[in-house]
Amino acid sequence: MSTNIVASHGTDLRKGEIIRYTFKERICHWLSAISYVYLLLTGLALFTPYLYWIAYVLGGGPTIRFWHPWAGLAFFVVQLWMHSLWHSEMKVTDQDRQWSKTVKSYVTNRDEEVAPAGTFNHGQKQFYWAMFYSTLVLIVTGLLMWFPELVSLKAHGLMPVVIFLHCAAALVTIGAFVIHVYMGVVFVSGGLQGILWGHVPISWAKAHHRLWYEKVKREDRSRISSSEF
Amino acid sequence: MSNGQLEIKAISGHRGGTPGQGVSRDYDVCKLVDTTTCIGCKACEVACLEWNGYAFHETTFDNTYQTMPETAWNFWNLIKFNEVETDNGLQWLMRKDQCMHCAEPGCLAACPAPGAIVQYMNGIVDFNQDHCIGCQYCVTGCPFNIPKFNAETKKVYKCTLCSDRVGAGLEPACIKSCPTGCLHFGSKDDMLDLAQHRVGQLHDQTSYKNAGIYDPAGVGGTHVIYVLHDKDKPEQYGGLPKDPTIPFFVKMWKGPLKWLGGIAMGLGVAALFGHYVRYGPKPPHDESEGRDKAQ
Ligand code: HEM
Ligand code: SF4
Ligand code: SF4
Repeated sequence: MSTNIVASHGTDLRKGEIIRYTFKERICHWLSAISYVYLLLTGLALFTPYLYWIAYVLGGGPTIRFWHPWAGLAFFVVQLWMHSLWHSEMKVTDQDRQWSKTVKSYVTNRDEEVAPAGTFNHGQKQFYWAMFYSTLVLIVTGLLMWFPELVSLKAHGLMPVVIFLHCAAALVTIGAFVIHVYMGVVFVSGGLQGILWGHVPISWAKAHHRLWYEKVKREDRSRISSSEF
Repeated sequence: MSNGQLEIKAISGHRGGTPGQGVSRDYDVCKLVDTTTCIGCKACEVACLEWNGYAFHETTFDNTYQTMPETAWNFWNLIKFNEVETDNGLQWLMRKDQCMHCAEPGCLAACPAPGAIVQYMNGIVDFNQDHCIGCQYCVTGCPFNIPKFNAETKKVYKCTLCSDRVGAGLEPACIKSCPTGCLHFGSKDDMLDLAQHRVGQLHDQTSYKNAGIYDPAGVGGTHVIYVLHDKDKPEQYGGLPKDPTIPFFVKMWKGPLKWLGGIAMGLGVAALFGHYVRYGPKPPHDESEGRDKAQ
């Protein structure tokens, strides 16, 4: 029995599988994840004294104060890249609104009642946009907080609002992030394989992103293992 | 203040009771600045530099007698000169600007680094640069624009009210140097008393009928207080805020946002765990279609 691995889109395509993410998309995603996790940890250290020990683990307070803004800048650039890769997939459609009406069935595992989803379901899209807009708020406020000595004299009264918004936007991303990791790693089994190596079983694609699967079948056969046909 | 330990309990060869025994002491320290007797000589500026070991550095000249526009990380004590038009002609106001040592310090409320700012029982608010991470949140929290950042060391500095001298039972260096006696140092009660006395004098003997004390309640009172010629116009003394408070958004950020954020994070994770235990992961594949066909 031959495994018949074909390389396509920087991804190994195995029998009975379909390419979900290209190599580029995966690299982008994991750069985003790594920079975000660093931002999350260092941010939480400054958020509450109960978590300040994270600062000691990561090199001390001044060290994390130095790197947090650089990581933020990196994260922002990666988000722009991700936006260029995925924003067209993230447009909310009527099908998404149908899907959202059945979201209760989705979270309670009554999958047969769930409306079919495209490349990404409505929840994933909402996560994406929550992250995207929060990132915009975070980068603008973050830049001001990076060098307050350059702004604070003229706009001293503004800085409390700026810091408040930074903190609030970060909390939004944390909520979104925790749900995202839970969904991707724990709840929707099989999803992690896709974002790690790019390929997922066709059966997974049909079960979770049926409209996407049908579209790929119609329009981009290089993404589907030939044994399917 | 360590005076508590140095309070005299017994004295050798002393007849009668020990002086001061059984008298309750107020350890709140306070600096009183009487702007009505300040002549703008800047002796306190020099004394501050000397005691704290800073050399004089280049400054910006802005056509006044003022040494520089604002206090700096290595210049904590600045006389602000202001010319004000009044009904009786020009009035030249001088005010010694420095950290006010607020009873409710906004700098301390805003700071995220454990131990970077401490408030002593005697009211002194002190920065500990060893613990400072240079985020400058304190700058945001301070209603008096006092903490100043040193871009080289990436730390923030400000007036210590000479906590090192006061701890050893001495007066702050600025107090020592004042030639007119417009600076006083002692317990808060004593200084308020003295200030009240001076205000009475101004009311009785001068035309400053609106003279009064500046001890702003919005920050819980301060451990540096002023006697002003006109208590209703503190702004004319080089931007002394009329009703300083910790900025609203600093309170919101350090208060409700922290609590709600913390609770939401905790409940969120708990809810996901509950969801996992109740429903578990999704079945890997929809068996009815796809899988068998795909193989
Ligand atoms: C350690 C952290 C992370 C893990 C374990 C993780 C896991 C995953 C998984 C399993 C998927 C695949 C879902 C699917 O194919 O349907 C995915 C997709 C995705 N990830 Fe992440 N991720 C992490 C961090 C992040 C961060 C920080 C961002 C953005 C700020 C992000 C943005 C996305 C987006 C937009 C997608 C596509 C849509 C979606 O699945 O929601 N991820 N991630
Ligand atoms: S004046 Fe500013 S720096 Fe001084 S104690 Fe008050 S808030 Fe802190
Ligand atoms: S700059 Fe230093 S003292 Fe000021 S808030 Fe940040 S850590 Fe605290």
